Amino acid sequence: MAEKKKAGTKKPEAKKQETKHEAPAKQEAKKQAPAPAPVTTGSKEKQRIGVFICHCGTNIAGTIDIKDVEAYAKTIPNVAHADNYQYICSTPGQKKITDAIKEHKLTGTVVAACSPRLHEPTFRTATKEGGLNPFRFEMANIREQGSWVHMHDPEGATQKAKDTIRIAVAKASLLQDLIPKTVPVEKAALVVGAGVAGMQAALDLAAAGIKTYLVEKSPSIGGRMSQLDKTFPTLDCSQCILTPKMVDVGRSPNIELMTYSDVEAVEGYIGNFDVTIRKKAHGVLTFAEAEARGISGGGCNGCGDCEPPCPVIKPNEFEMGMKPRKAIYINFPQVVPLLYTIDWDSCIKCGLCVTACGDKKAIDLEQKDEFVKIKVGTVILAIGFDMFPIEKKAEWGYKKFENVINSLEFERLICASGPTGGHIIRPSDGETPKSVAFVLCAGSRDNTGVGKPYCSRFCCMYSLKHAHQIIEKMPDTIPYLFYMDMRSFGKMYEEFYYRIQDEGAKFIRGRVANILEDPATKNLHVYADDTLLNRPVDIEVDLVVLAAAVQPSWDTDRTRKLFGVSCSMDGWLLEAHPKLNPCGTTTAGVFLAGVCQGPKDIPDAVASAEGAASAASIPIHKGEVELDPYFALCIEEKCAGCGMCVNLCPYTALALVEKEGRKVMEVTEAKCKGCGSCGGFCPGGAIWMNHFATPQIVAQIDAFLLGGEQ
Amino acid sequence: MAEEEWKPKIIALLCTWCSYAGADLAGGGRIQYPPDVRVVRVLCTGRLDQLFVLKAFADGADGVLVSGCHFGDCHYLEGNLKGAKRMFMVKRLMKSIGLDDRRFRMTFVSASEGAKWATVVTDVVKTIKELGPSPIKEFSK
Repeated sequence: MAEKKKAGTKKPEAKKQETKHEAPAKQEAKKQAPAPAPVTTGSKEKQRIGVFICHCGTNIAGTIDIKDVEAYAKTIPNVAHADNYQYICSTPGQKKITDAIKEHKLTGTVVAACSPRLHEPTFRTATKEGGLNPFRFEMANIREQGSWVHMHDPEGATQKAKDTIRIAVAKASLLQDLIPKTVPVEKAALVVGAGVAGMQAALDLAAAGIKTYLVEKSPSIGGRMSQLDKTFPTLDCSQCILTPKMVDVGRSPNIELMTYSDVEAVEGYIGNFDVTIRKKAHGVLTFAEAEARGISGGGCNGCGDCEPPCPVIKPNEFEMGMKPRKAIYINFPQVVPLLYTIDWDSCIKCGLCVTACGDKKAIDLEQKDEFVKIKVGTVILAIGFDMFPIEKKAEWGYKKFENVINSLEFERLICASGPTGGHIIRPSDGETPKSVAFVLCAGSRDNTGVGKPYCSRFCCMYSLKHAHQIIEKMPDTIPYLFYMDMRSFGKMYEEFYYRIQDEGAKFIRGRVANILEDPATKNLHVYADDTLLNRPVDIEVDLVVLAAAVQPSWDTDRTRKLFGVSCSMDGWLLEAHPKLNPCGTTTAGVFLAGVCQGPKDIPDAVASAEGAASAASIPIHKGEVELDPYFALCIEEKCAGCGMCVNLCPYTALALVEKEGRKVMEVTEAKCKGCGSCGGFCPGGAIWMNHFATPQIVAQIDAFLLGGEQ
Repeated sequence: MAEEEWKPKIIALLCTWCSYAGADLAGGGRIQYPPDVRVVRVLCTGRLDQLFVLKAFADGADGVLVSGCHFGDCHYLEGNLKGAKRMFMVKRLMKSIGLDDRRFRMTFVSASEGAKWATVVTDVVKTIKELGPSPIKEFSK
């Protein structure tokens, strides 16, 4: 306890300091924050803390003895009032807080309930309404980290709740008044990834009058959807519904499209992100670029004259390698922007394309990557997915047997603009298959450690669509669908499933054990257990289509780390809350759209994109945003000016300055995020971390170990 | 009192973004673990001074657990790395003063690893129970 008192006396010191160095310079800080109000929590002032214990129905009260905890809370030093209620987050529950603050002249509040990650904002507001500074509130988590995880040990859970409240009261007794800083928000947004989700998000933001940068790593926008032939269950042509959006994106005056570009570096915080974009060299100039170089009337018009003379032949990625392209290429006819790109890895710089281009002078074989710096208020990540490399499931023979293909290859084959003009053929001999097996859950719902444990969500439906397309185009061909469960959960999906059943597709409920090739005919034997008839089956087919799982796109890890976004165990980007904040992330101002957050079909991806766009536009339209006042402060009397902290700061928020003839550290509050990397290190204890100050943390440790029962 | 099962005093210092969120996730999933650990939340394990851990031991803690984000996953870029360096120092110090360094552990639990959090706590409690009361506590009696 002695330690605690000592801790208490430290505080005014910090306070004094704060006001002192607040005075000069730093206009943005000065504008709002006359620094946290004068000290009202001096060690001499008697602290009066109110403790409010929530039943949360039976969520807490079912395990923890509320009466016992309340009686104990009243004995904790500094506690002036303790109360309990069914649901403290309800209006009458919050009223208990506001009333008690006035009635008992409380100096701080503690709510023992759920996680601060859930209701801290609610009770801070209630504390504020009661007349206290909202940061005089501390939460004791007795639900997520109490009643819910110790259901079979009510006594242990009750004891833990008492200790947790004691720890919270110790902190609440030392909390200070803090005032959040308000910073202006840049009226621009960044969308990373221009698949259907990224395009929708960018279009919505642009329509809301926000300048939007749309960054796409490949030469054209469109993403995975542009590779699809038809879409389930309406059988709309994918390109037909997508290309108008692509054109809109290309045309929108509010969208600045940056294709063939990567996010290189990110600095800043919500409202003020400084982003560096690497614009990879296309090797081909746009009209604007040509104009800038003084080539009037020059630039790429997409005529394609450069393509035939190019001697280099490479597989076309868009066509899943089933069609050739040149080293100077566009991947498909509807590319936006219509601009040829040079594949530098295969270009031999022979210059034949330059000659063919002639007067347009659009080709520059020496063009270099360009770095562009932009400033945006909010960011949407829509970085999509890749196909799981299904050859890892060796038992199905992908890449080993010629006539085993994956579903995206099937999409290209059945597409009229694809490599075969829409004819499904066997890769081994070019014949039309008479029977096709679709292997669903290929790599999805797989607990062997090779595949993915999750359901990829759209494979059932597109496989039904594939079966339909076969029946429609090749009436003599029988589609067999090997499925585990048919998951047709969306609007009109179940009806589509019945339709395909009626059309004559064969359904076999059972996971395919293995696939073997007849070396003579290149036909395939598909072995499975039919779990409905309870017997093994061996079906000989001409072609196998593996409905491979999806996984986060290859660049996900690098990108998410740039923006400080977490991922879940399977690598998909982590939302702030799976149900109530599916578009947000734990990094304020960064939002998620589309499949990068988890497998989604097109309607869900578009819906999430619209949600993300709406969320991302809110701070921009509001024009300003409140930042947590958790920044670091320098206690100048203690600072020896060693400068160790300056290098520890990841945000360059700290600097050594000359004051009264000696060097001391100074914090740029707008840059500081309050991580405490400096405060945890400072050998002289000269750094005060707002709301997580050393005396506050030590008081918590002491309260648990030295105070109370147990 | 003597008849009752001995309850260890274990304190956990958790970063709010990963491990605290992971602990919340364990709660949402009702994944059960022993109730012997008390939690203090900080923004980042980089905030942790090694003295906090030593203070806890001096106060009589039987065990201390520090848990943050996986390397490369820190909300503040590299705070967990900075914290971990300090925590390794504590481990070395414990060894040199003859305090069993198994009483102190640093783990990395992400916001999506609720089950891992439960496993970590279960294991920490088991280890501390095997080690028995902290000798520092005995000493100060």
